[in-house]
Amino acid sequence: MSGTTAPVDTSDAAPVGVPSGGEGDSLGAYARRWWAGVRSGELGSLPIIVGLLLIAIIFQSQNDRFLTAGNFVNLIVQMAAITIIGMGIVFVLLLGEIDLSVGYVSGVAGVTAALLLIPDGAHQFSAGPAIAIALLAGVAIGTFHGLLITKIGIPSFIVTLAGLLAWNGVVLLLIGDKGTVIIQNSIVIGFANDFLPDATAWVVLILGIALYAGILLVGFRSRRKAGLPTEPMSLMALRIGGLAAAGIVVVAVANQDRGIPYVFLVITALYILWTYVLNRTRFGRHIYAVGGNTEAARRAGINVDNVKIACFAICSMMAALGGIVLASRLRSIDTNSGGGSILLYSIAAAVIGGTSLFGGRGHMKSAVLGALVIGSIDNGLGLLGLSSGTKFVVTGAVLLLAVAVDSISRKGRASSGRA
Amino acid sequence: MSNKDPILELRGVSKSFGAVQALYQVDFHVAPGQVMALVGDNGAGKSTLIKSIAGIHTIDEGDIVFEGEPVTIHGPKDAGKLGIEVVYQDLALCDNLDVVQNMFLGREETSKLRRLDETTMERRASDTLATLSVTTIRSVRQTVAGLSGGQRQSVAVAKAVMWNSKVVILDEPTAALGVAQTRQVLDLVKRLGEQGLAVVLISHNLHDIFEVADTITVLRLGQNVAEYKTTDVTQTQVVEAITAGALSKVPGHVEAEVTT
Repeated sequence: MSGTTAPVDTSDAAPVGVPSGGEGDSLGAYARRWWAGVRSGELGSLPIIVGLLLIAIIFQSQNDRFLTAGNFVNLIVQMAAITIIGMGIVFVLLLGEIDLSVGYVSGVAGVTAALLLIPDGAHQFSAGPAIAIALLAGVAIGTFHGLLITKIGIPSFIVTLAGLLAWNGVVLLLIGDKGTVIIQNSIVIGFANDFLPDATAWVVLILGIALYAGILLVGFRSRRKAGLPTEPMSLMALRIGGLAAAGIVVVAVANQDRGIPYVFLVITALYILWTYVLNRTRFGRHIYAVGGNTEAARRAGINVDNVKIACFAICSMMAALGGIVLASRLRSIDTNSGGGSILLYSIAAAVIGGTSLFGGRGHMKSAVLGALVIGSIDNGLGLLGLSSGTKFVVTGAVLLLAVAVDSISRKGRASSGRA
Repeated sequence: MSNKDPILELRGVSKSFGAVQALYQVDFHVAPGQVMALVGDNGAGKSTLIKSIAGIHTIDEGDIVFEGEPVTIHGPKDAGKLGIEVVYQDLALCDNLDVVQNMFLGREETSKLRRLDETTMERRASDTLATLSVTTIRSVRQTVAGLSGGQRQSVAVAKAVMWNSKVVILDEPTAALGVAQTRQVLDLVKRLGEQGLAVVLISHNLHDIFEVADTITVLRLGQNVAEYKTTDVTQTQVVEAITAGALSKVPGHVEAEVTT
């Protein structure tokens, strides 16, 4: 079999850094295999990249403020909360489960943090403890959901649907008759409203690129030492160069305006952390296994219940963090906290980004890319002065389109025997 | 039967589910380097028997003796620690994971920072497949979804033997396979025996059994009815034992005294 007719699998399932081609494969061979994979339905992130380009072209042609530094910084801040919540959603989707409660769980956390920060003298907390308590509340909520789902056996759809109602109630109860609570703590506000000094942003970027290059090189050398097939140096250079180029553009553009918001750092750190957890730890591997074939996972001695509970806890914790970021951006919380489009946008972000609803397929980058798509549409339609109604219709259509692309590519994979 | 001592032996094992007596006084033994076929009609108790050995069911009475010592097996992990591995009929592989990931599932190797040691795992997986002369798998980084039935079965077997296992139990490994793929798997079963493992092969296909097995144990309605050396018996005799082998206890007749 030649490399072009039987490409190395680059599917979405639990990726390892290096697809193993023959030793000494050239960059061209990799490119041909990748293209053959695309044609047989292994689309990867390609549709989203194309989609983002289209979005940029369309909105820029309608309103030339879309592709400006100021709007770019706005977009980062606007999409931050759904990115973070979407990252949590990826964990439960990988299991083949769903969490419908993340919107109001984020509300509960935002309200909790805000209430703890009210300067009323008696029991005012500083930013650190207030955030920690709100996050712990998220972990507790997720653990509770997970226990109901695994130990009692209620479907996650029902548990979290009940959660959607109940946590909405808790938001209202917590706020009581206060109506709106303004957050005055400068650290919490700073998350979404303060920006890295220009020089610091560059230093962080350089450190990040060096770290990435280091990880790739160490992996390359250990594989070579063990006599395993390695990817060509040129491909590695291309990866590092690509990241560096993207990073430089982001930092340069953002620095033209207010700079890189702190929340962008938070998202990047979370992205690295969770990618590591999913791809490089036993726990992550077990999540993919449970999502792919629960019975096989159980027979392999994996404690399926614990994996599920942990994923729901992570999901709710990320929702809580998203709630705090949202409260930070709005500088206040009110009875609508956690409501509106947050829940559906977060789930849609993960799905548009390519995480399967049926479990076992998906990446952390799904949440980021999907949130970028949704954030761009929301932002662009806002610039055009269109109503929420139009936004929802368009976002719904995009979600449908993304899932359709996924379904069609899955058929492609099935017909080429790689379902 | 064999000139070696049995590595795994069951003595008088009984198991019932409520009123249903699934196993009654079953004896069975298998020695290193031996391929023992376990045959019987549907409902004869083959699956219950292997699930008892794997620790999924607990037995009501009788002894499981491993390497001369009586043991109790409470779960798949206990069985694994002893060196008993079961390859289930429905494979128990995750389609979305690749070959290496499946072979190490639940027993991943980690290095510092709890990081998965992919290099070591890939090396070991490739070596194990090579030892078993499984050459049809092009890349161990392929997802299992893209493999043929025979290749999947090979991965499942390789997964079972990688852990210094001493007894490998194969539940209908050729049930869903075509001719060429059945060939692959039977060759693999033979090699397992040649490498000194004790193999328990469950199959409905007598042709396969006569090709690879050294001994045949026949179960009928939860009881041992016959035990043969493959060389001493014909397919017809085995079929007779499966369908009409003499029972020591007739189900439904609680006090029945059946003499043979």
